[in-house]
Amino acid sequence: MKRAAIIGAAGYTGGELLRLLLDHPHVRVEAVTSRSLAGQPVHRSHPNLRGRSELLFTTPDQVTNCDVLFLCMPHGEAAKQIDRWSGVSPLIVDLSADFRLRDAAAYRTWYESEHPAAGRLAGAIYGLPELSREKIRESRGARLISGVGCNATAMNLALLPLARAGLIERVICDIKVGSSEGGAEVTAGSHHPERSGAVRMYAPAGHRHTAEVLQELGPINLDVSITAIEMVRGVHCAAHVIPTRRVESKELWKLYRAAYANEPFVRLVAEKTGLHRLPDPKILAGSNYADVGFEIDPRSGRIIAMSAIDNLMKGAAGSAVQAMNLALDLPEALGLTFAGLHPI
Amino acid sequence: MSGTSQTVVQHGASGGSSAGQACACPECEGAIRFDRPPLRSQVVRCVSCGVELEVIETAPVQLALAPEVEEDWGE
Repeated sequence: MKRAAIIGAAGYTGGELLRLLLDHPHVRVEAVTSRSLAGQPVHRSHPNLRGRSELLFTTPDQVTNCDVLFLCMPHGEAAKQIDRWSGVSPLIVDLSADFRLRDAAAYRTWYESEHPAAGRLAGAIYGLPELSREKIRESRGARLISGVGCNATAMNLALLPLARAGLIERVICDIKVGSSEGGAEVTAGSHHPERSGAVRMYAPAGHRHTAEVLQELGPINLDVSITAIEMVRGVHCAAHVIPTRRVESKELWKLYRAAYANEPFVRLVAEKTGLHRLPDPKILAGSNYADVGFEIDPRSGRIIAMSAIDNLMKGAAGSAVQAMNLALDLPEALGLTFAGLHPI
Repeated sequence: MSGTSQTVVQHGASGGSSAGQACACPECEGAIRFDRPPLRSQVVRCVSCGVELEVIETAPVQLALAPEVEEDWGE
């Protein structure tokens, strides 16, 4: 049994990690930390876990050595504390944005500050198994695996087969997201009268997750717009691709099957008819599945590549557990096969 | 109502039973499996792309896109 700890476990991603790991057959969570909730039971911030765990939140200084450590701290904190936590566990999975970019200059550009631990960036592994499976598996010794950006994950999975095939002349990703992307902290924007029913394009341009896509898929001609909609969990990506040449549906099927046929958590959803013929995050709540689909506009040749995920699962905690399974030489899908709910 | 596609895919050995054979969907090239010998005019659905396919010949098996009632998606 592997011993795990979650630093900053009172937030939404920490709660999802705990939910997943409580059912994991080879992992035992020994510590969950929250300075503000120290001494309180975990169901105080994660009511769905009432009766599932007797763990109490502790302060970070009470965490002792473990086999895997998940960092769910506010962005910037993991980078400042990475040396400390590296002494506690040989395997760290950091769910913040701190170690997603390998290039310090790119971090400076997109996060508008110097990275506090730039020397650690090159050694961190991007934690999306669909992109980094072999790197994670083959890594040995002390390891630092980054989390993934939820919007970046939606874009990466929608576009990966097209990028590999060199088919992207230009792409604009129109992304819709749920309110849980904003985290558990209350803000003016999350106030119910402001948030409920909103169709708020909060990042028409310049969203930081763009950098993760450019890093992982290469220097594609990419623009991103992100809109908050009436949804709690979920990311939907509609990537409007102007291809380098005209393609037919059969070719896309071939490319997407080649990329994802053996992926345990990527499903192709591109049916011609039916209510659920294309990806929809609604049915993925709580699930680690990413649904990916496509359609071609016969008039213009534009490819509409689509994806849907649960931002807290495939876009955060689910991918983190999947990466942990790989790093610990466990079956990749352990603890992650919940199919979601329907209807919901 | 959309028309029947002219796309036709032939599979199977001439004159033999088609039960257990895997044919390719003419739309997405996904596998179409028959667990019993297909009948002419039988309609099957591709599990990958969801199109309905009509068996237009059985020896060898020929599949074509079946006519479908299209949905009104707010048009």
